[in-house]
Amino acid sequence: MDTTQYLEVFIDESKENLQVVNDKLLELEKEPADLSIVNEIFRSAHTLKGMSATMGYEDLADLTHKLENVLDAVRNEQINVSAEMLDVLLESVEYLEEMIMDIAGGGEGSKDVSSIVHNLQLIEAGESLSTGTESKPESGSTKNGSTLSFDQFEQTVLKQAKADQQHIFHIKISLQDDCLLKAARVYMVFEVLGQDGEVIKSLPTVEELEDENFDESFEVVYITKESPEEIEAKVKKVSEINEVSVSLFDLDASNEPDEKSIDDSKVQSKQKKKSTQSKDETNEPQKKQAVSNKTIRVNIERLDVLMNLFEELVIDRGRLEQISQELDHNDLKGTVEHMSRISGDLQNIILTMRMVPIDQVFNRFPRMVRQLARDLGKDIELEIEGAETELDRTVIDEIGDPLVHLIRNAIDHGIEMPEERKKNGKSETGNLLLKAYHSGNHVFVEIKDNGQGINREKVLEKAISNGVVTDEQADGMSQNQVNELIMASGFSTADQISDISGRGVGLDVVKNTIESLGGSISIDSEYGVGTTFSIQLPLTLSIISVMLVVVEEEIYAVPLSSIIETAVIKKEEVMKAHNKEVIDFRGSIVPLVHLSEVFEVNTLDDDSQHYSVVIVRKGDKMAGLVVDSFIGQQEIVLKGLGNYLNDIFAISGATILGNGQVALIIDSNALIK
Amino acid sequence: MSVEVVNDVKVIVFRLKDEEYGVPVEYVGSIERMQDITRVPRAPKFVKGVINLRGVVTPIIDLRERFGIEESTYSESTRIIIVSIDDKDVGMIVDGANDVVDVAESDIEPPPEVVGSVNVDYIRGVAKINQRLLILLNLDKVLSNDEISDLSTVEKS
Repeated sequence: MDTTQYLEVFIDESKENLQVVNDKLLELEKEPADLSIVNEIFRSAHTLKGMSATMGYEDLADLTHKLENVLDAVRNEQINVSAEMLDVLLESVEYLEEMIMDIAGGGEGSKDVSSIVHNLQLIEAGESLSTGTESKPESGSTKNGSTLSFDQFEQTVLKQAKADQQHIFHIKISLQDDCLLKAARVYMVFEVLGQDGEVIKSLPTVEELEDENFDESFEVVYITKESPEEIEAKVKKVSEINEVSVSLFDLDASNEPDEKSIDDSKVQSKQKKKSTQSKDETNEPQKKQAVSNKTIRVNIERLDVLMNLFEELVIDRGRLEQISQELDHNDLKGTVEHMSRISGDLQNIILTMRMVPIDQVFNRFPRMVRQLARDLGKDIELEIEGAETELDRTVIDEIGDPLVHLIRNAIDHGIEMPEERKKNGKSETGNLLLKAYHSGNHVFVEIKDNGQGINREKVLEKAISNGVVTDEQADGMSQNQVNELIMASGFSTADQISDISGRGVGLDVVKNTIESLGGSISIDSEYGVGTTFSIQLPLTLSIISVMLVVVEEEIYAVPLSSIIETAVIKKEEVMKAHNKEVIDFRGSIVPLVHLSEVFEVNTLDDDSQHYSVVIVRKGDKMAGLVVDSFIGQQEIVLKGLGNYLNDIFAISGATILGNGQVALIIDSNALIK
Repeated sequence: MSVEVVNDVKVIVFRLKDEEYGVPVEYVGSIERMQDITRVPRAPKFVKGVINLRGVVTPIIDLRERFGIEESTYSESTRIIIVSIDDKDVGMIVDGANDVVDVAESDIEPPPEVVGSVNVDYIRGVAKINQRLLILLNLDKVLSNDEISDLSTVEKS
């Protein structure tokens, strides 16, 4: 089967399933007794196994299979959930992740998994003995033994059958030596048995039987009202059957939970029908199905194309509106107005289609925090709030790395060792809060720890020794200014450079990344109490608010995020400093930048007595951009200038105006030195 | 761009001044009429600016300027040929484009040392088809970014 066309879907869904496994494992750690969690993990792992086997990634399927076996043992209460076990399970999730990444990168997804498989098997085999059953270790191909054991669910079914006055038979069937289509015979036997009763369990499992993975004989446990003789006669009617022995099955004798529950959907579904006792297991797969049916994966590029086409439509709409105004025809006007409304709604929908919950970024953190905490010997609890907050895909893609860095930073530098916390009268468990929320046109992400906070003296000492500030400057600095220092380049507050952070990638990189996204970051810290990093991000990078300005004949867009205000200033108020034009803007001296000069616009003679100025800022620096006139504020769709023109001075992109013309977007940061 | 096609090359023929040039048809996205171009300040001189090509902002270069042929005003027959190579979509302003011809590989001769005022680097070869002389362009070189930065530094100095 050619599976390449499914590869993308496979990768996406595998990631999703792995994420579920990962999340639930962490949940399980908190509530080791909750077996419904194990069931959920099992389901996702099972799906993953099935998919990878179908796609032909054997190593992936194999490791997942071993993982499943352990989960199975847990859910049958043969082994208990322990920290060591979770370590190994999480490690195998990591392995699986690497394999999937490899596949995504065009690889085969093969990896040496022997050590982790060994560990998994140890857990599975070693721990299962503690329950005192004589259950034998499960391996890929079960040889025909006579031990049949049942998990709790099966036992319930059997007990119920007994209560219903049904017979439970243990049937051994052997096929003729020369039987050609063993699987077919088995199928026929099951067919016959299925007519008057239920096959509860088979040895080997139905899957193995279907694969002809057995010798000549197999056994089933069967519930029926028929007599043994009748059954024997019926089964014997199937050709190529050598021998059938039917014996009454002693339920109590093999009342041990089975080490391996069956992945056999046929038998399970029959049980479900039969059983009045409904486990959540029976309902949830359907529920999950319903949810997954409601979404569809769309390539982001297609959405971009849709957006482009839509903009064309908007431009035409503008023209139509103009025409209908001129013609002043009632029907036409009505229709155009209706169309405008609908296209407005359409625009909203297209934009929201690109929104994804920030959970996609957050969900990788619990495991990371757990691992880091264990590595460092710290006790840390991670809380996540507002994971459902939605952001444009373009922002989501960029925000992950800065967050990873901030969280590592908080765990490594922020939260103290348990003893130290105790000594300082804090709870031994440190708390890390990751929180996202909407506010206005922005999304805020906060990383808050209740660690040691920023040590003003230490930071200043370091800043002075690094030459970032001078002694004199240091004395007059406010706490906020000191906090800002840790985001200066080449700064690390840790006494020692540890493995976790301080590897040369400083918070300055985080700051730059966030600012390049049009966001900002601020730090709030109290020494001994904790630190909060607060990141403000635009909802989307593809749509921004701008002020459209005119420079001679040309229209430019200035992002609203960098504008403080606009002003009209009399030419006589302009002063000169260092031969540069400056103005006094609310007490600050602000240099003027003539856009017509910067952009080499052919200037016409200007006899106006006023300058129209857009005051922009970069950090705490300001500049006044001199333009000819303002058009007004507008939401625009941000577009690149194409791969051909990169690094055009002071231009960060372009947009298409209502009349179809292209307007350039000014990067005011480049204009402020 | 080495010679990839073994047999025939289908080329779009366009005019610049009084010479005919050709670009392989597979690089050509579309041929547009002249439209409003938004100037991009401080871009290399031959970059006329950007246009809105069905929602995509596309840079436009003036081939006359690129090749150092004297400027002329745009006319009814002026066209923009949108080519795309190495992920770069660029429009080239030409005096006219109205033909597609098949050029046999055997008809292509290496560029002569001097062909008009055009830098030999841009030329992949010259093809002679029934009395017509067709200059086949090396689009890589025509659009090369290195060349652009070279040029712009020259212009700044």
